[in-house]
Amino acid sequence: MALMDFFRRKSSGDVAKDRLKLLLISDRANCSPEVMELIKNDIIKVISKYMEIDCDHLDIQITQTESDGSNGRVPALCANIPIKDMKHTSERR
Amino acid sequence: MSEVIVITSGKGGVGKTTSTANIGTGLAKLGKSVVMIDTDIGLRNLDVVMGLENRIVYNLVDVVEGNCRMKQALIKDKRYSNLYLLPSAQTRDKTAVNPEQMKKLIEELRPEFDYILLDCPAGIEQGFKNAIAAADRALIVTTPEVSAIRDADRIIGLLEANDIHQINLIVNRLRMDMVKRGDMMSIEDVIDILAIDLIGAVPDDEHIVIATNQGEPLAGDSSLAGTAYMNICKRILGEEVPLMNLEASNGFFAKIAKLFK
Repeated sequence: MALMDFFRRKSSGDVAKDRLKLLLISDRANCSPEVMELIKNDIIKVISKYMEIDCDHLDIQITQTESDGSNGRVPALCANIPIKDMKHTSERR
Repeated sequence: MSEVIVITSGKGGVGKTTSTANIGTGLAKLGKSVVMIDTDIGLRNLDVVMGLENRIVYNLVDVVEGNCRMKQALIKDKRYSNLYLLPSAQTRDKTAVNPEQMKKLIEELRPEFDYILLDCPAGIEQGFKNAIAAADRALIVTTPEVSAIRDADRIIGLLEANDIHQINLIVNRLRMDMVKRGDMMSIEDVIDILAIDLIGAVPDDEHIVIATNQGEPLAGDSSLAGTAYMNICKRILGEEVPLMNLEASNGFFAKIAKLFK
């Protein structure tokens, strides 16, 4: 197994390139921690209208994901929002 | 009509000053009249790389403050009579000059020279703003390392925000042996990430260290780095020069050693 891992391991040059690509996406998007905090607060506001969420364990970040198309890995805004309870939205309508 | 070129990188220590010295020397060798301006106020170094440190009387800040005339501050190179250096001040700081004053100073030099090269300080603060204020185009120096490339990307953004759109890339300190092993990003990787046009790649060459020790730029000599810098100069003049083979064929013994690998 160790031998297989050795052959499968990415070269450090490729690791550097992948890390940089990810890093520059957030650099270019100007996503400072402050901006991310603003986005987070707005998401909480919107989602809270429809469900009760656990704000303390909410996590959002910019990551990469495999795209369905042909252009390989693409940046994505990833939000992990634990739901505590659903509100009865129909009552409000 | 003269062209004002700023040599910048964001990160320190990637080879801005060495590149400025060699491109200045190379362009002079090709018969152009060139002035190199060290804009790194407080940390001047272009004078030592050029071997002209003993000839400084006046500096950039003296010119800006009117303590001397431009002609008195310009230092003629030892080797080429069409190459000049305007040294920076060592005992002042970046706030001694502002972008407007830099523009005025460069306007004064434009009629006299074909090329005005600006050696930019590291960072993105006042010194950087002074250096890019009057530039027509920019050369970004980077090494194939994550930190240098990240800073270069930031600099490209700032240049574009300041309406400098002709931006070319110099990949410095390449080690082809490491690139082959996959342990260093290749020229193509760096271009792919930064998405700007390459104007040249310079190998990690010990001749650079020797040249800097002696204060003799090596552009145009037979070393790999000397050839690489000369190619960059020709490309600045608009010539089409194919990318050279950056692999060191360091003599007879290295070739023998390779046979046994």
